[in-house]
Amino acid sequence: MAKDRPAELQSIPALLARNAVKWGALPAFREKEFGIWQSWTWAEAQAEIRAMALGFLALGLERGDHVAIIGRNRPALYWSMVAAQMCGAVPVPLYQDAVAEEMAYVLEHCGARFVVCGDQEQVDKVLEVQEGLEGKDLRLHHIAYLDKRGMRKYDHSHMNALADIAAEGRAAEQRLGAELDKRIAELTYDSTCVMLYTSGTTGKPKGVVLSNRNIIETAKNSSEFDHLRHSDDVLAYLPMAWVGDFIFSVGQAYWTGFTVNCPESDSTVRTCLREIGPSYYFAPPRVFEGLLTDVTIRMEDAGRFKQWLYRHFMGVARRVGPALLDGKAVGFGDRLAYWLGGVFVYGPLKDSLGLGRLRVAYTAGEAIGPEIFDFYRSLGINLKQLYGQTEASVFITQQPDGEVRSDTVGVPSPGVEVKIGENGEVYYRSPGTFVEYYNNPESTASTKDAEGWVATGDAGFFEEGTGHLRIIDRAKDVGKMADGRLFAPKYVENKLKFYSNILEAVVLGAGRDYCTAFINIDLTAVGNWAERNNIAYASYQELSQHPQVLETIAGHVEEVNKSVAADPMLAGCQIHRFLILHKELDADDGEMTRTRKVRRKVIEEKFADLIAALYGGKNSIYTETEVTYEDGRKGAIKATLTIRDAKVAAGQERIAAE
Amino acid sequence: MNQMNTEGYTTADGRKIGGVLMEMKNITLRFGGVAAITDISFDIRQGEIRAIIGPNGAGKSSMLNVISGFYVPQEGEVWFKGYKRGPMKPYQVARLGIARTFQNIALFDGMSVLDNIMTGRLTMMKSGLLSQAIWWGSAQREETEHREKVEKIIDFLEIQDIRKTPVGRLPYGLKKRVELARALAAEPRLLLLDEPMAGMNVEEKEDMSRFILDVNDEFGTTIALIEHDMGVVMDLSDRVVVMDYGKKIGDGTPDEVRSNQAVIDAYLGVSHD
Repeated sequence: MAKDRPAELQSIPALLARNAVKWGALPAFREKEFGIWQSWTWAEAQAEIRAMALGFLALGLERGDHVAIIGRNRPALYWSMVAAQMCGAVPVPLYQDAVAEEMAYVLEHCGARFVVCGDQEQVDKVLEVQEGLEGKDLRLHHIAYLDKRGMRKYDHSHMNALADIAAEGRAAEQRLGAELDKRIAELTYDSTCVMLYTSGTTGKPKGVVLSNRNIIETAKNSSEFDHLRHSDDVLAYLPMAWVGDFIFSVGQAYWTGFTVNCPESDSTVRTCLREIGPSYYFAPPRVFEGLLTDVTIRMEDAGRFKQWLYRHFMGVARRVGPALLDGKAVGFGDRLAYWLGGVFVYGPLKDSLGLGRLRVAYTAGEAIGPEIFDFYRSLGINLKQLYGQTEASVFITQQPDGEVRSDTVGVPSPGVEVKIGENGEVYYRSPGTFVEYYNNPESTASTKDAEGWVATGDAGFFEEGTGHLRIIDRAKDVGKMADGRLFAPKYVENKLKFYSNILEAVVLGAGRDYCTAFINIDLTAVGNWAERNNIAYASYQELSQHPQVLETIAGHVEEVNKSVAADPMLAGCQIHRFLILHKELDADDGEMTRTRKVRRKVIEEKFADLIAALYGGKNSIYTETEVTYEDGRKGAIKATLTIRDAKVAAGQERIAAE
Repeated sequence: MNQMNTEGYTTADGRKIGGVLMEMKNITLRFGGVAAITDISFDIRQGEIRAIIGPNGAGKSSMLNVISGFYVPQEGEVWFKGYKRGPMKPYQVARLGIARTFQNIALFDGMSVLDNIMTGRLTMMKSGLLSQAIWWGSAQREETEHREKVEKIIDFLEIQDIRKTPVGRLPYGLKKRVELARALAAEPRLLLLDEPMAGMNVEEKEDMSRFILDVNDEFGTTIALIEHDMGVVMDLSDRVVVMDYGKKIGDGTPDEVRSNQAVIDAYLGVSHD
């Protein structure tokens, strides 16, 4: 094909070879160990990876074998993925916090012959899986581990340290070098680069096969989109099994040749972030949220003058910062004030957070609160949103510089086509679109059609005027109300959950005349408030029904209604009546998944009496609910719940009346 | 005279235990008229985890202080590495290869975790006061060497994230871990732990148990510990000495001790009718 890369750049090992020549003496990987940042140049990394690959060959790794990689982000584990690819095998990174049963499914499904483990903990899990699958078709042949600690007493007949494998590989260069070169030369743009398992919120995890074309084309397009260069630094701290990490720390890193920095341990990420000061950074919304909370708390403990300084200049930043970042016109006085703020507040603050050198930062995965998003933007941090999924090699849409807002996910990424289906579902087609689900042609066929369009499962629409995509909800949750207006519960729930007093919200209204909501208060936030205002309470239930709490929540609901009403398509989703639930929604009671996503069906059945009351016009309702305690015992909660009406914004009512 | 016993034994989990490292012979310790320890003999072997247990006031801590050389018993002999030991200064004890942790944490609260652990290596530093003060030549090289050892221990005990934190700001469980780190920094032959689990929650206890086992396994350090938590003691140790009212009432593997009637009586009490 005409637009293919030159033949020598059609695989990750090929990119590695190029980088080792082009940027041979520049750092490719860093890792903090024993308190010091150790670094490896591209040339050194290539030597390590080659040694590892030769070692794998010596152990009998065959073409098409699957190599599972389990551990935290460490250079050697990244190298083992590329080494596996060199041998013609397929790397399969797994989530290191997965329990043995989850791991068992994946290891059996991909038929992994080699497993590379980070440490003893992971080896133990793999051995447990191996025992559990005795007799079944588990092809597990060899376990390699990185951290030697505690491993001395294990049976090593099918196990050894990664360093020893590399040492044996080095010694075998003469014997196996030619074979390895042959296998590297066999790799094409269409050979498999990596296989990643989707987290599987619905059913069993599926193995997404991504080819070199998927990864390299995506890496190239996205790197050019954000002008990434070889002098950039990233911090690799998100799970290696997640597609984003593979694109950032392998795809884009090998394409542009920037440096991947691995933190010392999971608990030192914040310190390492500060020491490295990455120029390109990704974090899910909760990380940005956590950082902001930290700053706020520390400012509350600061002296009066510092507090004043902070408040004053953050005011300036909120007014001026985003406009400056978007390149809009700003008056001279404001510019001066912002510059002063940079000297006194923003600069030091960004430095202490480790965000001082950022050129591009992304967040995705969940909705981010507008005030959190604006906080970072106002500091001059180019925080943007993207929308993607594993099957797309991450990128579907992303926000270009200067067109950033908290409620959109941007325009289609370069090379990606996006269309909206009749039911509002978002479809895409791109060079990054996955090859198939491993050993699962039915799922592949139902997700990707013959023309290569992939259904995302999310409902959304393009905003008129800007051409930006807005995601409203999971497509299967989006419904119609009785009069045919769009019903998108999660869109409203997310808006509600941005308030710190609200932990969870469930919006109801499919097939009804108006929307109602169940609310869970956040016990930490509301409890804190109660303490400061001398309000005594004995239980969650009592606090949740306190008149002042109800008043506060009603205020939040009404504010949300106003903002929902501003959007003509979704104005029907305003909440007319709500109640605060007498118990927290809990995975133990089956009301949520383990990843804290609400199970609407279960909730609708379980609280049918409450729903009836919401729509029946009553002002209070007595209810009994069965609960399961952590030790498995069952009990019942009895409560009388108050039902409140909430004001809805006027504009919407007029439409409804027509 | 060399009395080192060369024959060892093999534990249930297959570890080889060596000869006698320390032997207590007929120890009696009195404070004025009160006999804290009466005529106790036992040995600690190379590479084993040896526990001393007993009810409150049984004389366990006194025994540990005799082992560490802090108390000199009125009667009896202490043999270490085949030599009979006389009264010693604390630094001499440290040079012999004995390190300990304390029941009531004894760290320097104002100093960072790193500096606290570095103090564990003080007895090994050779450069003089002057060169240390101007941090030049051998002093600099020496510090780098020691720092490397200390960093390995920090890595081993997984306390990288608090390396630079002042000890006073740490929670109790972590302080205990820092104390263990400082003791390990001295690279001891014999490590004495005075109630390493006291006041910890279940999770902290699990962590600490794992670290004690790992220390024993990785560095081959012989460990003598006092502990109240019976579950922990029985799981961790190879052999257990049981004391009551300053006397030894049992000695053997956890299983043997558990079925010893005198031990059961001491712990559960005996009816007096």
